[in-house]
Amino acid sequence: MEDTTVSLVLFSGTDDRLGAAAILATGAAAMGRPVNLFLQYWALDAFRKDRVTADHGVVAEAGTAGAAMVKKDQTGPRHWSELLRQAKDIGDVRIHACALSMELFGITKEDLDPLVDDVEGVASFMSDATAGPITFI
Amino acid sequence: MTITELAPTKSIDARGMACPGPLLNLIGAIRQGQVGDVIEVISSDAGSRTDIPAWVAKAKHEMVRIVEEPGFARFIIRKAR
Repeated sequence: MEDTTVSLVLFSGTDDRLGAAAILATGAAAMGRPVNLFLQYWALDAFRKDRVTADHGVVAEAGTAGAAMVKKDQTGPRHWSELLRQAKDIGDVRIHACALSMELFGITKEDLDPLVDDVEGVASFMSDATAGPITFI
Repeated sequence: MTITELAPTKSIDARGMACPGPLLNLIGAIRQGQVGDVIEVISSDAGSRTDIPAWVAKAKHEMVRIVEEPGFARFIIRKAR
């Protein structure tokens, strides 16, 4: 099988979606596939260095029990930010911040966790994503 | 295969750890080990049953054997390169 790039657009900033995205990225990195992450909107906001491990909530369908389950899972090495750190350690994982979202949210590169490699425009992300499908999370 | 060949250089008890934790532990142990080392991973995660053999094949190591036990499995891997 060809090792095509896995490109994920992270839009949602809830811990369940970020957690699921981090699992996908880690699996792809483990299997030797390049991973290209693009952070937009609420996902970008969740990568602010002063609130990466804050409680970012869950999607509406989770309900109270679901929220508690996710909160319990997103601790220590299971937290999505730690999984992404491990993914970067074992593979080729690039995390890009969407330039437009940065402007919209008033975020500078210094505000972001060091997990984020750089700030780039959407066209640049697309040019990196040509080798495989793009998934919007 | 003799008993000596099966004796692991390192054993990782990853029981209770969720996917992809046991696989990440294996990758770490393989990276730190020497060629020829035998690593044992003990996992209760259902995902490991498919993930560990898939990764071992992809990374071109040797899947020596998988021993099923009640509620978990032992994965014996030899670092091949």
